[in-house]
Amino acid sequence: MTVTTRPPTGSAPGTAPSLAERLGARLSARLSALPTVAALLIFVGMIIYGEAAYGRIVQFNTLSNLLVNNSHLIILAVGLTFVILTGGIDLSVGAVIAFSSVAGVMLSNAGWHPVAAVLVMVLIGSVLGLISGVLIQYFGVQPFIATLATMFLARGLASMLSTVPERLADDSAIRELATQLKIIDGDKVNDLVITPGVIAAIVIVVLGFLVLHRTRFGRTVYAIGGSEQSATLMGLPVPATKLGIYVISGTLAGIAAVVYTSRLGSAQNITGIGWELDAIAAVVIGGTLLTGGTGFVLGSVVGALVLGLMNVLITRDGGIRPEMTTIITGGILLVFVILQRVLAARRRATQG
Amino acid sequence: MTDVASRLAARRGAIVRNQAFWGVIAIVLLLAVNVVADPGYLSIGYNSGHLSGNLIDILRASAPILMIAVGMCLVVATGGIDLSVGSIMVVAGAVSMELLSGMDGTTGDAALTLAIALGIATVLGAVNGVLVSVVGLQPFISTLVMMLAGRGIAKVITGGQNTTADNDSFAWLANGYVLGVPVVFLLAIVIVVLVALLVRRSALGLMLEAIGMDSRASRLAGVKRRSLQLTVYSVSGLLAGIAGVFATASVMTVDVSRTGYQLELDAILAVVIGGTSLAGGKFSIGGAVIGGLLIATLDKTVVFLGVPAAATPAFKAIVIVVLCLLQSERVRSLFRHRRALRAQSQKEAVAA
Amino acid sequence: MTGAPPIVEMTGISISFPGVKALDAVDFRLFPGEVHTLMGENGAGKSTLIKALTGVYKIDEGQILVAGEERRFGGTADAQAAGIATVYQEVNLCSNLSIGENVMLGHEVRGPFGINWKATHRAAADVLATLGLEQLDLRRPLATLSLAIQQLVAISRAMVTKPKVLILDEPTSSLDANEVANLFTVIRRLRDQGVAILFVTHFLDQVYAISDRITVLRNGGFVGEYPTRELDRTTLISKMIGKDFATLRSLGSERQSHHYEPRGEPLLKAEDLGRKGSSEPTDLELHQGEVLGLAGLLGSGRTELARLLYGADKPDSGTVWLRGKKTDIHNPTAALAHRIAFSSENRRDEGIIRDLTVRENLVLAVQAKRGWFRPLSRKEQDALVRKYLTELNVRPADPERPIKFLSGGNQQKVLLGRWLATEPDLLILDEPTRGIDVGAKAEIQAAVAALAAKGVAVVFISSELEEVVRLSDRIIVMKDHRKLAELENGPHVTAETIVAVIADEGDDEEGDSE
Repeated sequence: MTVTTRPPTGSAPGTAPSLAERLGARLSARLSALPTVAALLIFVGMIIYGEAAYGRIVQFNTLSNLLVNNSHLIILAVGLTFVILTGGIDLSVGAVIAFSSVAGVMLSNAGWHPVAAVLVMVLIGSVLGLISGVLIQYFGVQPFIATLATMFLARGLASMLSTVPERLADDSAIRELATQLKIIDGDKVNDLVITPGVIAAIVIVVLGFLVLHRTRFGRTVYAIGGSEQSATLMGLPVPATKLGIYVISGTLAGIAAVVYTSRLGSAQNITGIGWELDAIAAVVIGGTLLTGGTGFVLGSVVGALVLGLMNVLITRDGGIRPEMTTIITGGILLVFVILQRVLAARRRATQG
Repeated sequence: MTDVASRLAARRGAIVRNQAFWGVIAIVLLLAVNVVADPGYLSIGYNSGHLSGNLIDILRASAPILMIAVGMCLVVATGGIDLSVGSIMVVAGAVSMELLSGMDGTTGDAALTLAIALGIATVLGAVNGVLVSVVGLQPFISTLVMMLAGRGIAKVITGGQNTTADNDSFAWLANGYVLGVPVVFLLAIVIVVLVALLVRRSALGLMLEAIGMDSRASRLAGVKRRSLQLTVYSVSGLLAGIAGVFATASVMTVDVSRTGYQLELDAILAVVIGGTSLAGGKFSIGGAVIGGLLIATLDKTVVFLGVPAAATPAFKAIVIVVLCLLQSERVRSLFRHRRALRAQSQKEAVAA
Repeated sequence: MTGAPPIVEMTGISISFPGVKALDAVDFRLFPGEVHTLMGENGAGKSTLIKALTGVYKIDEGQILVAGEERRFGGTADAQAAGIATVYQEVNLCSNLSIGENVMLGHEVRGPFGINWKATHRAAADVLATLGLEQLDLRRPLATLSLAIQQLVAISRAMVTKPKVLILDEPTSSLDANEVANLFTVIRRLRDQGVAILFVTHFLDQVYAISDRITVLRNGGFVGEYPTRELDRTTLISKMIGKDFATLRSLGSERQSHHYEPRGEPLLKAEDLGRKGSSEPTDLELHQGEVLGLAGLLGSGRTELARLLYGADKPDSGTVWLRGKKTDIHNPTAALAHRIAFSSENRRDEGIIRDLTVRENLVLAVQAKRGWFRPLSRKEQDALVRKYLTELNVRPADPERPIKFLSGGNQQKVLLGRWLATEPDLLILDEPTRGIDVGAKAEIQAAVAALAAKGVAVVFISSELEEVVRLSDRIIVMKDHRKLAELENGPHVTAETIVAVIADEGDDEEGDSE
């Protein structure tokens, strides 16, 4: 047990003992990143398999579409990463999208200024998130039940507004948020395009990463996931942080509603059914432990892309019946959770 | 005298603290609302050998919910959760309809079909049990996987179609009458009573609570956690299968995307309304029954009042929030505080 | 210590809970640069007083002066702002984060782009250095460290805010002798830097090793404040329990004088019993009516060996013969069926089930042994419960009270009752007297002696060597997960004998490795 003293300042890299030591620390820290790496490998594997079996996967328009069609899922997954890192859960995000988008479309069609409509859409998410947060933090309701209540509430409110598809007016400025911007002009339709929605998703991922790793708020999120009791006794602002993460999750659901609605051009009270499960699956596949404390935003992005790519491959295959999709999602989820389980057991064994 | 009074007050306190009491109050309130809307709401008719009326409809509709709520109650007592009950319902329904549609419609066929459907449901429940108890996955995620996969399996069984079948004996399970009362409700009550007797007359209840409260301590005390968990998830699967048979037999059609859809949430809600904490431990089957009846009443009331059925979730949300608030320490201490203040002011008034 | 004014002065502190007066007009003073120990039995009010000082509880009456200023704490954050830092018995850190992150949580150094990790780690390294812990690697995940090191990290964390007062609430209860010595080095260093340290422990040796002054509480009341060197042990104990403790002493001499001769076939015989990573293959023999002590420091493998005997962990080598027959004990259910019972050292997580009543806790193992489909009738349960509540003198003797409302000692007695109710031939007790008050300790020791007299074989594990020596017929000394020696107990064996065995071995080993 001779551990050499770490130099107080970042000394020149390459000094032998510190390198070996750092490598060891890196490795033990990276054990928790293994599921994320596995998800990345699977993603790459799926791309290679898709390219070999069906072709036309590794090309600009397929990859652009993957991003464009899944940007809302990525945004949701970032929000759920925060929640799940604390050991909580948010079942309401799908329903929040339904309420937010139906309300937004109706307001916009009623002549509201598009900016105001978009703002209301996002705020609806924040307020519903706040409701969940208050129930959880101040009334001691379990996250599962509290967000179930918000889910029911949002879904019911959306249904009260309308039970038929609400079409966004063709000249609505909100549609412009889905304008396809050509980055690289390929031959024929093979262009690399992004939309403002994709840009929003990327910005949110970067912000999410920075908040988690570079702010005290983010560190408190991890601390709560490690042990809420410890975090409280350490004097960390646990109540405010827990409230904050549900507001973040709700707000991001509101933003996801804007991104999705602008792309689809319509909204309905049954929009987003089951998306909370997709988002949870993305987070888990990306390596975040459902018990909290360990995980990465970037992992969740990979998780979302794995799910998105799976849908692309199933469509391309044509031989796989669409009803198999949920079975396959379930299967992938199962494999990843078992992987997490095995790693946790391994880690416990090494601590012995 | 004061002794009797204080004992009565304590008794009253115990009743008021009992959450099922509030469930009963809520049912009465809902019925009262209906009576206001239509004074003849509670009237029960009798024609051609069976009772009819709104109350009878509520009882009939509550049967599937009672089944899954009781199963859920046992699972929740061990500290678990079963998100797959709705999906297992649709699998049982799909198996039944698919088998019956290829048969002649005899009672023997119905019995065989029933046995196979319930057998498959029990096996699916047992798979949950194995994932939780042997593999050691979190119940939330294991049953989430089964929830995703189950609906896929049902779709595969029927080839994605909504299968219809004819069999009078099978339909009798849901639509028949004995002594004027719907068979389905009688069956549900008999099953609930059997389960309750099994759990409370044996030491099963104590064992399940011990596991839910502290699984390590109960293991060292010799409680067989694995086999009990396996049993409980299998029973939950079996009861979900019965619920699926009830739900499909009434219309002799399985709707692969809607049968049992999100009913797991109703079941969880019923259990929570009944005063069982999702954290596991102390459970109340009677409470879960009251919760199930409340949900059935709520569903029927919403339809009766002419609100679109899709908006029902909003009312469920209100029920959840109100019950959770009543249960929360913060609100309770507020009540206590106010009562203390009132008592004090009374005392002062007397003194003056 | 010197003429300096006290940094903390609490006068006439009273706190009431519904039905109990937890603290009644208690005075307490703490000076800069001293180690002050708070002594008292469980329920004396030590933790209540600490919680009043750390802002967890609000005081009903009295005054708290910190550095001469009156303070009213609304929460832990207020107390921390006033310069009072606390380290609790259970390490309250986040095991998912690294050492450096834990030390600096909530105090990270921030720059224009959020947390500056380089500066943050530098600050953490500085703090560790002031405690002489610069050898720790900041990036190492906390989960990979021993409990003792985690405790030191917790203290480092407490020192980040440069508090004037450091409260250590039973920090040593799970540390071995070396680790305690390390901890004391750190404590002395802090004391010499002028920090006022409030130290709570159950171990008398430690009190005399480290503290300058002692305040004794009893039943929520203030007994007195004494300089350590003016208060001898016997006086201290009698002040704590308020009566003579001769009963405790007499027990040991009686047992040591009756030397037990094992006759005939052993009840249990194990050969090469072991499990990779936790227990080296060990041989063991145990006779009816014998008390076998397992002595050794924490982490020596005594708990692990006991768990293998019970099947709480699955052995991966060795054979066990029970009553002469080869037997496979692979889980607790099997052990109970073979009339073996095991009381875990972890009373809170592996012993009691907090939300169940005393009755339910007591009958749980018997019921599990019978199977859930053969329930004990209420009458049988009541008979069992009445028998053991009386025999073990559980207070309050109310079977329908949730066990969480009982004191630690009484919880332990109920657990003992749970195992006795299964009518075991072999009873394994792992630290049955840890963290409980002196009175309950004596009662549990008496119960163990009585059991052995009735023919039950007992495996007795305790960190208190005196206790092991007092009760055992034979003692197995363990270190580094293996058996060092087996001693026949007798008048010539004392705690020092065991210490010498462990220490000699240590010397040899060091000699070998060098």
